[in-house]
Amino acid sequence: MNFQTRRMRANSMRRYVVNNLVTGLAMLSTVLVVAPLVAILVYLIYKGASSLNLAFFTQIPAPVGEVGGGMANSIVGSAIVLALASSMGIPVGIAAGVYLAEYGRGKALAMAIRFTADVLNGIPSIVMGIAAYSLIVMRQMHFSAFSGGVALAIMMVPTITRTTEEMLATVPHSIREAALGLGVPKWRTVISVSLRTASPGIITGCMLAFARVAGETAPLLFTAFGNQFWSFKLNEPIAALPLQIYVYAISPYDEWHRLAWAGALVLIVMIMVSVTLVRIYAGRGVLKGAS
Amino acid sequence: MGVGIDVEHLNAWYGSTHTLQDINLNIPANHATALIGPSGCGKSTFVRCLNRMHETNPIARATGVVKMGEVDIYMDASPVEIRRRVGMVFQRPNPFPTMSIYDNVASGLKLNGFRNKAILDETVERSLKAAALWEEVKDDLKKKSGASLSGGQQQRMCIARALAVDPEVLLMDEPASALDPVSTSKIEDLIFQLKSQYTIVIVTHNMQQAARVAENTGFFLNGKMVEFSSTDMIFTNPKDKRTEDYITGRFG
Amino acid sequence: MSIEREPESSMPVSATTPQMDPSTPSAKATPLQAPAILNFVSAAETVAEERAPSPIREYLSTCGNGAFADRTFATVMLICALSIFAIVLFIFIILVARSRPSLAQFGFSFFTRSAWDPVSGDFGALPFIFGTLATSLLALAMAVPLALGVAVFLTELCPAKLRAPISFLTELLAAIPSVVYGLWAVFVLVPIMRDQLGPFLYKILGWTGFFEGSNFGVGLLTASIILAIMILPIISSITRDIMLAVPTSQREAVLALGATRWEMIRTGVLRNARIGIVGAIILGLGRALGETMAVTMVIGNHPDISKSLFAPGYTLASVIANEFSEATGDMYLSALIEIGLALFIVTIIVNAIARALVWAVTRGAPARVH
Repeated sequence: MNFQTRRMRANSMRRYVVNNLVTGLAMLSTVLVVAPLVAILVYLIYKGASSLNLAFFTQIPAPVGEVGGGMANSIVGSAIVLALASSMGIPVGIAAGVYLAEYGRGKALAMAIRFTADVLNGIPSIVMGIAAYSLIVMRQMHFSAFSGGVALAIMMVPTITRTTEEMLATVPHSIREAALGLGVPKWRTVISVSLRTASPGIITGCMLAFARVAGETAPLLFTAFGNQFWSFKLNEPIAALPLQIYVYAISPYDEWHRLAWAGALVLIVMIMVSVTLVRIYAGRGVLKGAS
Repeated sequence: MGVGIDVEHLNAWYGSTHTLQDINLNIPANHATALIGPSGCGKSTFVRCLNRMHETNPIARATGVVKMGEVDIYMDASPVEIRRRVGMVFQRPNPFPTMSIYDNVASGLKLNGFRNKAILDETVERSLKAAALWEEVKDDLKKKSGASLSGGQQQRMCIARALAVDPEVLLMDEPASALDPVSTSKIEDLIFQLKSQYTIVIVTHNMQQAARVAENTGFFLNGKMVEFSSTDMIFTNPKDKRTEDYITGRFG
Repeated sequence: MSIEREPESSMPVSATTPQMDPSTPSAKATPLQAPAILNFVSAAETVAEERAPSPIREYLSTCGNGAFADRTFATVMLICALSIFAIVLFIFIILVARSRPSLAQFGFSFFTRSAWDPVSGDFGALPFIFGTLATSLLALAMAVPLALGVAVFLTELCPAKLRAPISFLTELLAAIPSVVYGLWAVFVLVPIMRDQLGPFLYKILGWTGFFEGSNFGVGLLTASIILAIMILPIISSITRDIMLAVPTSQREAVLALGATRWEMIRTGVLRNARIGIVGAIILGLGRALGETMAVTMVIGNHPDISKSLFAPGYTLASVIANEFSEATGDMYLSALIEIGLALFIVTIIVNAIARALVWAVTRGAPARVH
């Protein structure tokens, strides 16, 4: 064997060693990434499941130091704030998405809006909270469910806009033409043909945005503010699940820690269900794995 | 009943491409007119100018006069109004996937707010019969989705859908090119029966098809209309050498 | 607005009538009608036997062309789309307006001074900038290699059957709310850091000087770790998008030259995707800069600048979260809002750069929402 071949042999051996090493590292990182997820979920179930009794879902928190009580007001409060946010954010988001897909194709304005929506998605949620505070809470001189809803709605709009646009883009142009060719006005075509065909994906996108803001705490810190009692008024501070979990988690009371774990479990289950449903749709190719 | 179409000095552009150059012709009422020519010669663009679908493309432009009867379709009416009078069948069947067969055929009426159920039922039946599809689907009208039919059936349903709005002109852009021979011949029979009630313009790259169904034929080449006369004349005694070359298969 | 239809004039009579040859033998074997010229003459007659005016035509000609509805609809859609600009603008304006007292008082030195004394009204945000940068950069350092590893594994090395479940798991990571991460970090990560990981690191790496001082489990390092876990999914998922955008032909070309799997990934995919991956990393940075709840719960909330990773710190987002609702006095509040403004501007710039880089590689393929 001459020098050339020997060096080539050594070289190719080295290359294969490197190849296997890198493959191993990649697999290791995957394990390292998946491990905390599993750890967190398991721990949540372990700490929280035992506290999920009827009282948890039907009672408000007990006074400090007492055992028992629940987070019913937080669950209901979250539902109210989310309903507010959805009622504002979903229509605006879908409309914006409709504009981008049906009226703005190829225009520079549409590209600018798209880019801005993506950038908006990356703004810290606490900034949204401060903005809603400055606009509404400072004016009204009190915290309110409404201001919390606004803060969350602002967060939902860019997400829903992009997913709506993406879903409408999958509607084949030929069926739009079919409708236009029948003498159906454009607005009717958009509603009855484009939106109707893309609706499964659009709904999925809304669910995704919903799940995302359902877990947000920071925007609610100084808007909804939290409430130890039942509150159904939109103009008053209201409890919210993630907010309450935070308050309990940093408190010094064991009893509240227990409730925090239970609340976190409930929150996680709700979000996981939504994400899984999205994934099922994604399996049908409607929404390609939006995270 | 159909109307005739007069085209004067029609020019069309896609962006900066001059797709149609100074087209002049008269399409007679209640007859079938075929438009033949090699790919890319502008025939599809031409028919899309007749129902103002050309302008749905943001970079498209057209000048000239197109008259349906006495109505200048660009000056005297809106695109929506024209498209209700001029129906179109596209190259590939395009049923609405979320609607049943019934809703598909009735869509031209329902999406324009028409509510009278009795007339809708009757129109759907009449249109499907005219499109020779009634017998095959009459039991599944509301159960099956429009997209679940075979290709040939879908295209006939699209024809029924176009007929349901009772147009005066029917434009067909290579309606059978995506279909098998059996469906194709069914559609040609259809055209033959329909042309006494509607003005039909059919774009086709199949010369035999033109010869079978149309009384008049126009030959397009590179955006210009080279020759227009009775189908007989075009195929047996073309006046222009380019027409003759195309007919005899020297190109295209 | 109905159209005037005059069927009588539907007959085209003009000089440009197609050439008709009356002598065409109609006996030609075609199923068509007799010479065309006769058709033109008879067209006038056939027109007279019109069908009764159909109710459909009547309805359609009177139901309006929807021009007004079209215009209104388009306008409403446009306004909603423009609302996205409006949101960004409104946030900026309101933050500037409310932070004016602080801006006027401290000017730019607000960001270069170390002070945070609400009692005397003296504010300087340098400790928070330090805390934010330190935790974010450290988190990036930990997250990027892992995220790239996962991305490489999932796109190139993973057996097809495992791909969906594993990528689903990484997406679930992204779905966990910040406060839940924080909860877990407080009760699981902090004790580990205090009792096991901290002493271990001190033993091994204490000589570097980064692990001095008392270790209570909360501090810069703990915050960085939880932050790393949180930004992992976004870096990994965007990197995967980018790697998938590299055409297969690139991979095949390298393989055809006899490369190993890893070499193919390195030169055929990663090299092409370089710019986009940088964008993904910067996006992760942007996420880290603004992360609030989990960091607040484990960073110790002390406006200190220190070399030790065990020391407590404070980030821009955390100080707002902790002190905003208790802020008394206009100057205090406006100082906090000014911090919010800084966060806003910085994250916009970082995200804009990152998105531009990612777009350059995926070339306008509609971005998945991350």
